[in-house]
Amino acid sequence: MANIAQAVRLALHYAEEHLGVTDIFGEDVGPPLGGVFTCTQGLKTTWNSPLDERGIIGMAMGIAMAGGRPVAEIQFCDYVYNTIDLLKLAGNTYWSSNGQWNLPMVVMTPVGSGIRGSIYHSHSFDATATHIPGWKIVMPSTPLDTYGLLLAACRETNPVMFLIPKALMRVKGDELIPGEPVEDKALSKLIDAPLGDRSKWVPQWPTLDEVIIPIGKAKTVRTGSQVTVVSYGRTLPMCAKAAEALAAEGVDAEVIDLRSLWPYDWDALKASIEKTGRVVFVNEDTEVTNFGEHLMRRTTDELFYKLLAPPKLVAGKFVPGIGLADPLEAASVPQQHDIEAAIRSTAAMAP
Amino acid sequence: MVRDARKMTRAAKPDESPAKPSRPEQQRFPPMISQSNELPLEAPLLLQLHDLMVKARCLEERLIAMYKSGHGYFWIGGPGEEAFNVALGLLIKKGQGPAFDYLHFHYRQSATLLAMGEDPMGAIRQMKNVAADPYSGGRNFAGHFAKKEWNLVPVSSPIEVQYAMAPGTALVQKRHGGDGITIVTGGDAGTAEGDFATCLTWSSRPGQELPVLIIVTNNRWGISTPAGQVQAVEKVSDRGVAFGIKSKTIDGNDPIGAWLELKEAFEYVRTERKPYLVEANVSRLFGHSSASGANYVTNEADCITRFEERLEQHGVLTRAQANALREKYATEFADLARIAKEEAFPDGQTIWDHVFHGEPGRDPFPR
Repeated sequence: MANIAQAVRLALHYAEEHLGVTDIFGEDVGPPLGGVFTCTQGLKTTWNSPLDERGIIGMAMGIAMAGGRPVAEIQFCDYVYNTIDLLKLAGNTYWSSNGQWNLPMVVMTPVGSGIRGSIYHSHSFDATATHIPGWKIVMPSTPLDTYGLLLAACRETNPVMFLIPKALMRVKGDELIPGEPVEDKALSKLIDAPLGDRSKWVPQWPTLDEVIIPIGKAKTVRTGSQVTVVSYGRTLPMCAKAAEALAAEGVDAEVIDLRSLWPYDWDALKASIEKTGRVVFVNEDTEVTNFGEHLMRRTTDELFYKLLAPPKLVAGKFVPGIGLADPLEAASVPQQHDIEAAIRSTAAMAP
Repeated sequence: MVRDARKMTRAAKPDESPAKPSRPEQQRFPPMISQSNELPLEAPLLLQLHDLMVKARCLEERLIAMYKSGHGYFWIGGPGEEAFNVALGLLIKKGQGPAFDYLHFHYRQSATLLAMGEDPMGAIRQMKNVAADPYSGGRNFAGHFAKKEWNLVPVSSPIEVQYAMAPGTALVQKRHGGDGITIVTGGDAGTAEGDFATCLTWSSRPGQELPVLIIVTNNRWGISTPAGQVQAVEKVSDRGVAFGIKSKTIDGNDPIGAWLELKEAFEYVRTERKPYLVEANVSRLFGHSSASGANYVTNEADCITRFEERLEQHGVLTRAQANALREKYATEFADLARIAKEEAFPDGQTIWDHVFHGEPGRDPFPR
């Protein structure tokens, strides 16, 4: 079974073979390293960029303007912040030119905590990204979703921000990517670069099938009747586990993996919240002007009289960084027990 | 009314850019106008350069007049840069796709567009922000052109971002083959932004040099701040040298010199497929923008006045012809402005259009 890093690689291989991707680039993206998370090993259109995030985003915009199909990587989302005005520009180029210049480009970047990355390798970007109109923003939590959403992103004719939860990068899925070998570890032998000298290594790509997961479609990962839990990225599997754990207490939670933050699947959220009357939004970005706050606003705007409990947000603490020491990180971003407590208390509420 | 360039010496208003400080900048730059006794270009080209320079000046003066009479919210443009910008426009390989030149311009480039054959009505409509504005549909400021069929990417207000994007189009062009190049323009003040260094770095990667003509029009101002206060570089072109980029500082107020220098630069980039940095010393004749009054300044060289003097001396042009040309364009653009003033503004509901390509515009939320 592929993990998320391998799923990114498989998707990009498929995309450069079949979807016209011309350039996969960024800092250490090309050989010999193939990305600090190994996401771009063995691909044929990769190259190493200067250490210059603004240059990376600008280059992607230029390639897209001239008819190429770039996939640019920002090594950690913590380093994307000095490109904000270029991201804004990429998001408004089609609009400001009144429909002349669209930019088919993908920017992918690892996000979030979970690898003890301290202050500059742990931050999230979903709250900021969703403040930039003109971008489609996705964040998978499984390898298959990673594969299908990245193919969808590479077929897009608009800018797509592909946020990869780095804590899940090595987590294997429980669904096969069509074409990947069934036997465990077989995939690694085919596509993982060896340690040491890689100069003569050539990946053996499996024959892959196209799977397109439409941007804007959520996935219900657990059905329930009492409370809706909406999450994405690192906290999604924690929500699923929390729901399973709480089932033993008689709490019946429905868990939705949002997968796409913009556009997002309001129909799915609305249907679920109307059914349960209760909702908990969970993500790990800082809690002030958090994307979950927008979802809470919309929930109260449109579903107020369907609610049996106030909508709840479980998010990262509004502090300037995520500290290195275990207790600091644990205190900064949602943990399993935080999510369980929020679901339990929300499920227990009644008007 | 006949507008004699030599009489265009209206005093700057008090709110115009402050008088230049007595810093050594006047000595640091070469004379702003070359005064050779020879005219190395043929008369038809000289007259074409002159015609387009006057046309561009008259267009900018009309845009300023529209601003001052309430038919536009903000003006910014390129009067003072006509000599260089017209020569630039005449040398561009115009078209769509990587076989043609990609243009990453800043907001002082109207003369270049006119030299490329653009209809001046577009600039007038953008000034008036009417729906028929061909560049942004009433969404953006004057001088913020965008024209995909000419590879002109949208001009934007952030200073210098265009330098970060230019290597991207050039990369595609280098792979594509042919002689299409990327041209990026900006001002001297903006070279303080990191994106200028980005352009130098990404265009000159060893073995992966890119066909980018990197242009800096140096008017020695950043709004109200003199260059000598904030930048120590003697010449902006010196920065290219550090990257192994062929670099040159030229007199951008001389259309003949600009033509010859740009021709050489274009040929180098088209054939060598490597970057070339041109720093053109130019004047800024109406201040930074309408924010500083948009009044004619008297203490900077006027490239049109000087060019007309040279053409007159060499018998290429008469004063009467020059005056008639101004009269013609001034009248033409006044007429166009009268038409634009009657045109419709964009409908408010069009804000949802063109958020995403391939999707109908719609408000995502119930109101």
